[in-house]
Amino acid sequence: MIKQHWYKITAVLLILYTLVWGLMNRVPRLDILNETIRNVYYHVPIWFAMLFMMTVSMVHSIQSLSKNSVKHDTKAYNAAVVGFFFSVPGLITGSFWAKFTWGTWWTFQDPKLNGVAISILIYLAYFVLRASIDDELKKARIAAVYNVFAYVMMNVFIMILPRLTDSLHPGNGGNPAFSKYDLNDAMRFVFYPAVIGWVLMSYWLFQIKNRISELNELYHE
Amino acid sequence: MIKALIKKEILLEFRQKSTIGGVLVYVIGTIFVSALCFKGRLDKPTWNALFWVISLFTSVTISGKSFLKETGGQALFNYLHYSARDFIVAKIVYNMAFMLFLSLMTFFFYGFFIKDEVENLPLFLLILLLASSGLAGILSLMSAIASKANGNFAIMSILSFPVLMPLILVVIRLSKQAVDGIEWAGVSYDLLAVLAALNVLTLALSFLLFPYLWRD
Repeated sequence: MIKQHWYKITAVLLILYTLVWGLMNRVPRLDILNETIRNVYYHVPIWFAMLFMMTVSMVHSIQSLSKNSVKHDTKAYNAAVVGFFFSVPGLITGSFWAKFTWGTWWTFQDPKLNGVAISILIYLAYFVLRASIDDELKKARIAAVYNVFAYVMMNVFIMILPRLTDSLHPGNGGNPAFSKYDLNDAMRFVFYPAVIGWVLMSYWLFQIKNRISELNELYHE
Repeated sequence: MIKALIKKEILLEFRQKSTIGGVLVYVIGTIFVSALCFKGRLDKPTWNALFWVISLFTSVTISGKSFLKETGGQALFNYLHYSARDFIVAKIVYNMAFMLFLSLMTFFFYGFFIKDEVENLPLFLLILLLASSGLAGILSLMSAIASKANGNFAIMSILSFPVLMPLILVVIRLSKQAVDGIEWAGVSYDLLAVLAALNVLTLALSFLLFPYLWRD
């Protein structure tokens, strides 16, 4: 268990810096996007944090399968819960952004939105599957198998399919990523710290979840 | 060994004639209900979507039972006598053949009761083939998982539908092109490539992951 404080302090400082400076710095003036371009500091890093947590979850599931350990499975579950938790602000910030640029809260025209909806369903199914098995060892194995399979399918959905079809998101349907935003140097100085900050924050939450489940285990013994 | 296992599956299927008959009744019943609901007033996109929705539901329902027989004493017997890899390969090969048969049947009765809108038939058949093998690959593993998780049908559909979505979306877009009668030069080959890659991916994953479901 990592008890160091450096990464927690870094996470808090980076997020505070991006929250404040993200609203104050100069951004390129673009049609339609206007000031909403600042959402790139909040919306995108939150999704990065979610994907990072799902990857952590998948890695722990693989370890749980290869070492046949329940401990890794608990960690995989905790990471999935934290990732799932991040999908909520990701959806809300995205929905607001869509309302003020595309004119609607939700659209089925965009493969990334569909992908997100499906990913949420996939992880809900993962939680239901875990809840339906009582035996700890059996649960660890079966849930890990589903988690690995589901992670791959989710990535097909949100990484590969949007690049083949027209999307409203940048970086898809032939649009190169970020050139549409003109992510200039001033924006980079906020965007990259925001990504690092939110990823570290998700890792912190993950560690807290792990400690809670360890204490729970001790308590029940 | 794989051959013997496939033979066993076929024998079991034909010994219980109720299952294969049940499948046909299920397919015809669903299509007939849709035919009565729509009364032939379908445009091409709706035709396409309805066809794949029916196929999706049929295959999830049918393959849900694929591993349900393999529980209790039967599972112990399988575990002692066969290797996990042989077993899953045999299951997938058999399910592929069965899914192909099922989707051809669905296509036939769908064309018979509703109407046949397909203008580029070879392309449509190619899509049917790739779709059924992909469905077989994913659903075999999902059925194995569901059978371990107390094997109720609700779990099977909850687990399958989200992971089937990438496959189904690619298939629907491709089959729209077949229905519209797009010439071979205009077909989007990158989608076909993704469909083939999805097949390879799901087969590889099932092959790698199934042994972990094996020991109980």
